[in-house]
Formats: sequence, C-alpha cells, structure tokens
Amino acid sequence: MRSTAAVPSGTPTPKDAEPVQGGPSRVPHPCPQAAPHSGLDDRIARFATIWGRAIFPFTATSLTRPEFEQHLVPLTRTLAEALHARPFDAAVAQQVGAELVTVHCTDPEALAGTLGVVESYLVLYCGPDGVGVEGAEEYRSRCARLQHQIAAGFARALRERTLREQEAIARSALTARIDAQQALHASEERFRAVFEGAAIGIGIADLEGNVLEVNDALLQMFGGMGGHVRGRNISEWGHPDDAPQVWRMYGELVRGERESYRVEKPYYRHDGTVLWTNLTVSLLRDTEGRPQYQLALMEDTTERRLLNLRLRYEATHDALTGLPNRTLFFERLEKALSGGGTRFGLCYLDLDGFKAVNDSLGHSAGDRLLVEVADRLQSCATGPGEVVARLGGDEFVALTTGPDTQEKVTELAVRILSALSAPIRIEGRELSVRGSIGIVEGPAGERTPAEVLRSADITMYRAKAAGGSRFEFADAEADARAITRHGLTNALPAALERGEFFIEYQPLVHMHDGTVRGAEALVRWEHPQYGVLGPDRFIPLAERTGLIVPLGRWVLEESVRQARTWQREHGGSPLRVNVNLSPTQLHHPGLVADTVAVLENAGLAPGALCLEVTESALIGADDDLLEPLRRLADLGVDIALDDFGTGYSNLANLRRLPVSVLKLDRSFTKGMQQQPANPVDVKIVEGIVALAHSLELAVTVEGVETGAQAAQLRALGCDTAQGWYYARPGAPDRIHALTLADAIPTPG
Amino acid sequence: MISTFGSDRCPTSRTTATDYGLETEMERPTWAPPGIDISVPSVSRIYDYYLGGSHNFEVDRQAARRAMEFMPGLPKIMQANRAFMRRAVRHAVAQGVTQFLDIGSGIPTFGNVHEVARAASPDARVVYVDHDPVAVAHSRAVLEGDTQTGVVSADLRKPQDILTAAEVERLLDFDRPVALLLVAVLHFLEDADDPYGAVAELRDALPPGSLLVLTHASYEGMPLSEEVASGTVGVYRDIRNPLVMRTREEVARFFDGFELVDPGVVSMPNWQPGGLADPQDGDMPEDPYAFSGYGGVGRKA
Repeated sequence: MRSTAAVPSGTPTPKDAEPVQGGPSRVPHPCPQAAPHSGLDDRIARFATIWGRAIFPFTATSLTRPEFEQHLVPLTRTLAEALHARPFDAAVAQQVGAELVTVHCTDPEALAGTLGVVESYLVLYCGPDGVGVEGAEEYRSRCARLQHQIAAGFARALRERTLREQEAIARSALTARIDAQQALHASEERFRAVFEGAAIGIGIADLEGNVLEVNDALLQMFGGMGGHVRGRNISEWGHPDDAPQVWRMYGELVRGERESYRVEKPYYRHDGTVLWTNLTVSLLRDTEGRPQYQLALMEDTTERRLLNLRLRYEATHDALTGLPNRTLFFERLEKALSGGGTRFGLCYLDLDGFKAVNDSLGHSAGDRLLVEVADRLQSCATGPGEVVARLGGDEFVALTTGPDTQEKVTELAVRILSALSAPIRIEGRELSVRGSIGIVEGPAGERTPAEVLRSADITMYRAKAAGGSRFEFADAEADARAITRHGLTNALPAALERGEFFIEYQPLVHMHDGTVRGAEALVRWEHPQYGVLGPDRFIPLAERTGLIVPLGRWVLEESVRQARTWQREHGGSPLRVNVNLSPTQLHHPGLVADTVAVLENAGLAPGALCLEVTESALIGADDDLLEPLRRLADLGVDIALDDFGTGYSNLANLRRLPVSVLKLDRSFTKGMQQQPANPVDVKIVEGIVALAHSLELAVTVEGVETGAQAAQLRALGCDTAQGWYYARPGAPDRIHALTLADAIPTPG
Repeated sequence: MISTFGSDRCPTSRTTATDYGLETEMERPTWAPPGIDISVPSVSRIYDYYLGGSHNFEVDRQAARRAMEFMPGLPKIMQANRAFMRRAVRHAVAQGVTQFLDIGSGIPTFGNVHEVARAASPDARVVYVDHDPVAVAHSRAVLEGDTQTGVVSADLRKPQDILTAAEVERLLDFDRPVALLLVAVLHFLEDADDPYGAVAELRDALPPGSLLVLTHASYEGMPLSEEVASGTVGVYRDIRNPLVMRTREEVARFFDGFELVDPGVVSMPNWQPGGLADPQDGDMPEDPYAFSGYGGVGRKA
C-alpha cells in the first residue's frame, strides 16, 4: 500500500513520450524522434500534458487533471515563444512562475517538477528544428535562463500571496475580534441596563459573604447611599424573625451543596427599621463548576407585608373595641380544643339590659359603654393562655387554657363580674352594668368550637333567666332542654303556617248558680315530633321571636269566631270567651284596631270578649301602655288581671287600671283543697274579694279541684271559678254540651 | 471546506461579564458572540493550511502538522472534498438548481461554491454559513460588494437560526429548489448534538427538487489502520473539535427523505468522476487518501 502522497502515483504515457517514473527530479524522457515532426500547437499541448502529470499531484486544485493541463497550455506557449524570441528576454518566464501560484501550485515540489520538465523537454518539444550543436548550446542556455526566471517569478508570487493571505487572515481575525468585542460590549451594556434598571434588587457577594456589587434598586431598599450596604458581610444581616432554615441553606449554598434557595427574609436597615424581602439566592460557578459567587435577587415586600398584616388584623379584630373578633376567637378556641391533655375554660358574657342603654342614650353611648367593658374585660384576662374577644353586639367571650381551668375559669368569671360592678360613667351618667356569664369548662379534644360556644350561649341564657349578674356552669341536661327549645323556636313560624296550633276551652262557671258563663281559650301545639305541647312550652319562645303577634291574632280570631258560633247555636245568654294577651301583644300598636276588626268580622259584641293580662305585665305600666286597654274597656271589652297576687301588686294602683276582673292565682286556692282550709289563705282571699268588690271588680278563681274548695270559695264571695272540679280544657263542642246541661258540676 | 464547527463545544456557552466590576460567570445570551481567541487552533484555518493557503496562524499549522504525522495524506482528502464539491455543484446547476446554502463554508479559498456555480450559471446565488467568527469576517471581506452571495454567522446545531437569517431570506427563494451543502461539516457534530435532527430540520425547510450535497469522514476507505488514523482524531479532540468518524451506513442515514443520486454514497473520487473517464488516465489513478470517507448527493422528492 502506498502510504505517501509525496510520490506521484502515476506516470503520463504519451504515445510519443517515455513513461514518467518517480519524482520531479526524474523528469520524463519522451521519444526525441516524435516531437520535431509534429506541428508546434500539437507539441505545445504534449508538453503541457507532460508538465501537468508531473506537478498535478502537488497541486491543491479542485480541477480535474485535463482541466488543469488546459491552464498549462498558454504557459507552455509563453515559454516556447521566449525560447525563440529575438532579442532573448528570459524575464518573460517570471509570469509562468507567478501563474503556477495563481493556479494553486504553491507546493515547492510543484516548482521542482516544473523546472525538471522544462529542463528536459522544453527544447526538445519547442526548440528549433535542425540546428547545429552550436545552436543547440544556445537553446540549452536559453532554457536554463528561463528556468531561473520561472523560479524567481514563482518565489516572488508565492511570497506576495503568502503575505497577502497572512495580512487578510490577520485583518479578519482583528475584525472578528472587534465585532465580538462590540457585540460583547453591547450585550454587557444591556446586562448593565438590566442590572441598573431592574425594579428588583440584585446583589453579588463572594463565598465569604462579602458584598461586592449591588444595584440601585437594592440600595434604595436599604435606604439609599446611607444604607451602608456595600462592603458589608451577609452574616451581619441576621434577624430574629429569620426562618430557622435560612442560615442552614445559606451554608449549603456557599459550600456548593445547593444551587439556590428562596425565602422570605427580614433585614434591619441602617436606621433600625425593618425591610421585608422575598429573597432568591443562587450560586454562580466558574467554567470548571467551582462555586464562585452568590447572586441575590430581592423583592421588597415590606409594604405588602404591612398591608397583609393590617388586613389580617382588620379581619380578625373588632373595629370598635380592638378586641379579637369571632373569627380570631374561633381560631384560638380551635387551637385550645385541639391540644391533647390540656383543659379549657370559656366564659360567655352577655350584658344585661344593654338594649335599654342603646335605646335610651343612643348608639354612641352604647358604643362607649362597650369599649369600656372591653377594656375592663381585657384587664381581667391577662394570664398566659387567656384571651378576650367580642363576638358581636354585647356578647363577649374570655378563654383560659391550661391544666387547672376548673379553678381558673371560676376566678375569671368572678373577676369579670367584679370588674363590671363599678359603674361606668358615660355622658355624665353613672351606668351600672351587669352581665350574665355562661361557663363551659372541660378537657380539650372532645368538642368542636361551635359546640362549646353554643353550650356557653345556652348557659349564659340560663344565668340571665335566673336573674342575671351571675354565672352558671353548663350542664348537659340544661343544654338538651335549651336545644329542644331552640328547635321549637325555629319550628314555630312553619307550625303556624301549617295549622299545627289548636285551641282548647276551659269553662268558666258562675259560682252562685253553677252555670257556664264562658270559657278561657288555651292554645296548644300539635307538634309532629313531641306531641301536644302546652303554652308554657312555646309561648315564651314566641314572645322572644315576636311570633306571638301573629299567633296571638290567630288565637283571638279563632276564639272570637268560636264564641260567635256558640252564641248562634246556644241562643239565650251569650257565652263569653277569655283570651290571653302576652306582654308583647300589649305593646303592639295594632292591638285595639286588630281586636275591633276581629270582633266586627265575627259579628261578636265586645262584651262577649275578655282579654286576660298578667299582673306582672302591668307592673309599673304607664299611661301610654294602659291607653289601648282603656280604649278596649271603653268599647265594652272586659279586661281581666291574670295571676293576681303573684307580682307584688300595688293595690292602690288597681284603681288606675281599666280592669273589671281579678283572676286570683291558683296559689291562693291551693290551701283550700284540704279540710279545714288554711286559715291564712282564707283570710287573704276574703280580703282580696272584699277589696275587689269595693272597687267593683269581679273575682275569678283558678285551680278549683274539689267540691270543698268550690264551697269555700263560693262562701268567700268569689264570682266565677275555673278548674278541673268543673271541667278540664277541651274541644269547643264540649263547652256547648256543658251549657246545654246547664252547668251541672262534673267531677274532675 | 471543513467547517469550524466545534470551536465552542460547551452546550451552554459562557461569557465573562467583566464590566459588572467582577468576574461573574453568566449564561451567555444568544445575542452575545463567542469570544475570539486566535491562540486556539481553528479547523477552518487548518483546512486552509492543508490546501496550501496562508490564511492560518502557527497554532493552526502546528495542529495540522501533528494531524499529518498520523495521516500524511490529509491534504489529498481535502482536495478530494473540493473536487467532489465542484462536481456536485456542477451537477446541481445541470439539474437547474442555482441556489446554494453552504453550511460550514470555512475560509474562502479557490474554487469556492459561488465561483464554480457562477461559471456554470451566472445568476447563481450562494449563502455561506459558518460559526467561526474569523472565517465569517474573512468571507465578508472577500465577498464584499457581491450582491449574489451572502455570509451568515450561525451554527448548524441551530438550524432555525440559519433558516431565519436575513441573508438567507434575502438571497434564497425557498419556493424553488435549493442545494444544501454539508461538505466536511457533519463529522464535527457529535451524536449528542443530534446531527440527524439538524439535517432533518433543514430538509423539511427545503422545497421538492432540492439537493443535499454531503461528505463525511470515515475510517472506511482510508489507506491506514484505524489505530494509526485515530491519532488524527486525537489531535482534533485535543483542540476541542472532536472528529466523529461514521460508517457508510451511518452517513447514508443523513439522506433520509432524499433520493440518492447515482452512484449513491461512495468514496468521493468515485462520485461521477467526470474528466477521469479519459482512458488515457487509467494508468494514473487518484491518490489513495482521496478514497477516505464518503460523499453523496440526494434529491428531495
């Protein structure tokens, strides 16, 4: 295998030339006889072929060899003409040398080959025909001089070309470098612009934490030039609120164990204020991958954070008192209840009579009262784990947690009531504030916050119902009752709509002759779940929710219509009907008009209706309250004072009231059930009857259960009676039957 | 014609942002050029040296001489490349294709595509693409004022940069066939650079009737043992321009989506030898080094 290109791999074999063997130093020897006989052009072509074969292996041309040889033909002609020229001018041959360089024969071997071919064949192929030895010498001399000039021309052209190319490539390298520098400069300008103009703070520090470079945005975050950022060390920027992992991640980053981290981090500015940032730190490595710098990108979140804190505060605090609100309290309570093994105690406070303050002194006074109360409550719950909140209106809660909340919560409730006991001075008035507290205490982890609060709420109402200004402890039974009450309250409106109420009538018997004089209408609730419920189970609820007004109107309508029915069916002396009025109805502005309308609609005379009002509802009643009753009385409606004797009556006041009947409370008649009757009770009843009669008031007794009782009361002068001795409450047709029987007393 | 691809082998080039006042390594953005360092050998200047040119510096010549210690016939391989390309360009013009996209064009020297093409068709248009900034600068200097040629600084590994270059859009009409020249350039793309993907992406941009003119280095056909020849491969690796030898089969895969023009993927001198068909020349065969590697021309259907 041939392993080098330095040796020509083939030899030209012109028919008239000997094969060329070996390198350029061994030039071919064409057959001398052949050349002279050919025409000059033909001989020039043959010379070019020999020449081409000799030097083609040393060219870098992309031409094919025949193409390449075509380039040599004019050069051969130049040499042939120079050989014969008179005068002889060897310098012409320099062009030939130069032309070789032009056709990329720059390898020195190409020159050697050329000179060898010229030496051997130029005179032979292109020399004169038939010259003598002397002439031959002349041509050999000319040929040698032409070779010298070819070599000179080649060398000069190659030198010039080399210099030209060297200069060209150097200039190109320079141009490329300048272009690159300009592009790099432009690119760095852009980077610089990004760095300087970025809204985000950018800082670069070495791995020891020395701050090397910061941009303007970062400088501004730290308070401008006075912020003393440059030249500081990152380790100086610790802050108590740093997240625990911050410095661990920092250490990992500078050791090259972490590429980046992102945290929320506070900094102290030089002036002591705090800068909050979203910080991203990245590790910059060199080309070999070794950690080199750390790059920090910082976003100032101080304002956003403050805003968030403020929004959070506003969302979790009561605007009036500044106390935590329901939301925050629920969170705290939830936390307290989720902790295992600890206990909690909760005081649920509702001010007694706060509505009266609001109504009489106005809301701004009410607000000031609440603020003062909040301040006092706050001072009561200063222990660890204690918190006070305002749930809304005049409802506050105080929470205590810990292992011994049984004692602590009682102490807390005592402190609260005591704190409230001192009068509060508002607008020159001394207001005494009272409150009712419901306490729930127990182990954490058993109940939800909502359950605890509901229990506390229920218990608070119990405290309030027990007279207020006190605290009560929650108990399951009371809660259950309250929960039932709650359910009934919610069911009331629908019950009225669905007609679940009905009325029973209890006869009122004339004591002198035993005739049925009328009946008291008693409302019942046919509850789908609990069965028939008496008025004591739901009237207070209806009172509280205001449903008493429509319910009371319905009872009135039903009763009046019933009375009218009796009247039509019974004929003779009309049966009266007694209907109870609740305190709320008493205050209702439509009372007189509604009553009149009901009577007119039914066609019942006012005298057939008796409205019963409890004595307690009229205690301290002023003229405004009594006015509607007076008007009704003027119309002929009887007004009975119910439950008389239970409410510290001001007997002298009786004169002012537009009542015509006193209904003696059953507690007075109880003492007469046995024989002999309680003499004190007898004296009292006797006195009341005398008093009533002196005021021209009729007396009705309730709860008559025995014949002896009835006889005794009749003897004492009571006018009308009611009770199981005569009849239990019942359906309206039973009254009709009783009347027909003309009031023969029936055993209860 | 060996391109300078590979003078910047790092997948993500980095530059030094010195005017930040410190030596910060930053990811080099696409608009920033690679640095110019003529103390590093350039394959395009080495190629020029093989072809007898003087567009080179001592570092280039040292590398070239070292490579030639293992493979003395390197210049003959380059010459065969040039000759193959010349015949292929003429073939293209003969087929009516007068637009040329020469990727990896290197330092302009004699027998450039535009010279060969224009000799055959005066209105031929040529865009030269290289990523060696010196080669690009030199090409621009040489071709200054020639409105039918353009020079683009771009990388074969990012074909979209080439296809969307302003000079390409100005000079080449992709509604008419284009001859894509990838002469002695693909062997500077390692498999990780996805050379097949790059060729496919370029192919997809070419209209039907377009040609792919391709040569590639290979151990096959070389008058040397692979052991000896690998010394040259080592030299290129040392100058951080690894030379990837591929088999004939692997080279033929670049023509996926093309119909091979006769005689297919062959040693370069055997591709439509033309003038050497002269029976006179039977006794003077090509230099054996010329048969190293493969060349071929494909036509997109």
